[in-house]
Amino acid sequence: MSKLPYEVQSEPVTPLSVLSPEGEVVNEAYLPNLTDDQLKEIMYRMVFTRTWDERAVNLGRQGRLGFYAPVSGQEASMVGSEYALNKDDFVCPGYRDMPQIVWHGLPLYQAFLYSRGHQHGGQIPEGVHVLMPQIIIGAQILHATGVAMAFKKKGEKRVAITYTGDGGSSEGDFYEGMNFAGAFKLPVIYVVQNNGYAITTPYEKQTAAQSIAHKALAAGIRGVQVDGMDVLAVIKAVSEAAERGRNGEGATLIEMITYRYRPHSMADDTTKYRTKDEEGEWSLKDPLVRFGKYLEKKGLWSDEETARVKEEAKATVNEHIKKAEATEKMTVSGLIDSMFEHTPAHLEAQKADFQ
Amino acid sequence: MAQMNMKEAIRDAMRVELKNDPNVYIFGEDVGKVGGVFRATEGLQGEFGEDRVFDTPLAESAIAGMAVGMGIQGFRPVAEIQFVGFIYEALDQMFVQAARMRYRSGGRYNSPIVFRTPFGGGVKAAELHTDSLEGLAIQTPGIKVIVPSNPYDAKGLLVAAIRDNDPVFFMEHLNLYHAFRAEVPEEAYTVEIGKANVVREGSDVTIIAYGLMVHTAVKAADELEKSGIKAEVIDLRTLVPLDIETIVASIKKTNRAIVVQEAQKTSGAAAEIIAQINENAILHLEAPVLRVAGPDTVYPFAQVEDAWLPSTARIVKAVNQVINF
Repeated sequence: MSKLPYEVQSEPVTPLSVLSPEGEVVNEAYLPNLTDDQLKEIMYRMVFTRTWDERAVNLGRQGRLGFYAPVSGQEASMVGSEYALNKDDFVCPGYRDMPQIVWHGLPLYQAFLYSRGHQHGGQIPEGVHVLMPQIIIGAQILHATGVAMAFKKKGEKRVAITYTGDGGSSEGDFYEGMNFAGAFKLPVIYVVQNNGYAITTPYEKQTAAQSIAHKALAAGIRGVQVDGMDVLAVIKAVSEAAERGRNGEGATLIEMITYRYRPHSMADDTTKYRTKDEEGEWSLKDPLVRFGKYLEKKGLWSDEETARVKEEAKATVNEHIKKAEATEKMTVSGLIDSMFEHTPAHLEAQKADFQ
Repeated sequence: MAQMNMKEAIRDAMRVELKNDPNVYIFGEDVGKVGGVFRATEGLQGEFGEDRVFDTPLAESAIAGMAVGMGIQGFRPVAEIQFVGFIYEALDQMFVQAARMRYRSGGRYNSPIVFRTPFGGGVKAAELHTDSLEGLAIQTPGIKVIVPSNPYDAKGLLVAAIRDNDPVFFMEHLNLYHAFRAEVPEEAYTVEIGKANVVREGSDVTIIAYGLMVHTAVKAADELEKSGIKAEVIDLRTLVPLDIETIVASIKKTNRAIVVQEAQKTSGAAAEIIAQINENAILHLEAPVLRVAGPDTVYPFAQVEDAWLPSTARIVKAVNQVINF
């Protein structure tokens, strides 16, 4: 049925892809301008992140890590989006977005401490512009909005970026954040990593919207959709959004179509809601394979290189998990002292029960 | 010195801090151009500009969440939630995000934010405008809770709250905004957060109150005096941190106490105060500490509000019960 003139129109959107699954450039016009060294660095980070993820799952099974949300499959959207930022841009991550804040500067052992439930995991070093991962889905979206407001008020050419999943786009805070950014024209990037599932709930049960990118229309900000398994498309979209933010052109919502090969968390069983066919189909889109093929054709990468990075990553993970395990144990007195700038008398008195 | 009502004193606190500190920003629904639904920010946008004092879209969670984001960038936001009942929309950002920021980050970040909100009964307001929700804040670790009862304290406490590097929930009683005028210094000054005030000295019983109930308690004390009972009235001013020392010192003198709160009886501030009295002064008590509070119903329809709210008569009755125990 054709739309009536007084009916809101919304055209379907095609996700931005730069590379085909075979690693061929399919969209020359949107190829980001990167040097060979930069291309290799991006691949290095994606392989490193995949290896770290595999190790983290095993460390979790051994009881050496606690809460952990796997990331395999989402390397392009995570690593690529962070790579497109400047170091002084500010990252407000969700609980799955550990790779972005580690590549933005959080030491890996602190990421492990966060997983193990140690306060030092959240003590972000000075000069690293990130928040610790957010557990309340949607809350980080408002923090990024506030950070962007601060950048705008200070006249700084910086952007805030925040991440949520497809499920998170149903939260009120998701809409409120984007709407504030629209009203105040803030330099902020809202990334939705749409991996098709919020734990067991598929996209179709989350929303009847034809895409999450379309939700930008409700806030009057720019919305784009990207092939989230294509790291060059991700970098292109985020660089462009950051540029617009810095130039005072406002906020962007970027929906990245992606997939997680592993469960939602260590407590999840994907066999109850996903099919082998589906998993097989997405494995053909593996961001590491696709980008690896592209680099191989350019003579910049090889299987040996991948093997070398994996070994290096394993060694680094080992070193950092040991450092995490060797970190001084927390005390209740220490927790009490971290509540306020000046510990009030009633809290001071409560320390006595723990000495 | 100038004569100010509590609303004017609150406005003056924001004015002096906007002037003192370029990091102070004021925002909320309708706080800019018109200066707030109660005019508590009137004239501030005119004096300091739209950059410092501005209106926001109508969304409490985003107002509070934006304050958190600005707070970690070194700003000192004073965010207004238009009426107390609307804090439910913002609870995650106020009582989870802001209140935990310092702790979660091991001191790397903090939330130097004041969340101002009007509350309090006796003005025949619409639903969810007047509930006493301080109990929710009291049981939330990481946020300070202030309820001033007069213009002098309101200004000094708000200046202190804005300068505090941790989040403060600042509750302004609707019935006190225009109730009376008092001498308020025109310059910036602070009233220490966490310090109660003995507003009336007495030797027979201690009446502990805050907000509008301080005034109801003083009226009750006037009445009690006619029958020879000398009541000491303590205005808590701050509920977190609670000044238990001042309370205990008074009870050591009077050996009897009641706590008056406008909120419903179950839980809330009074229960916590009584628990702390038990822990710190049980051997000085000649009678149990009683509560005068609203009944455990939803906040009353406007037509029955006066009967529902704690009255002078109910305070007198409770004092007589502890005296004659």
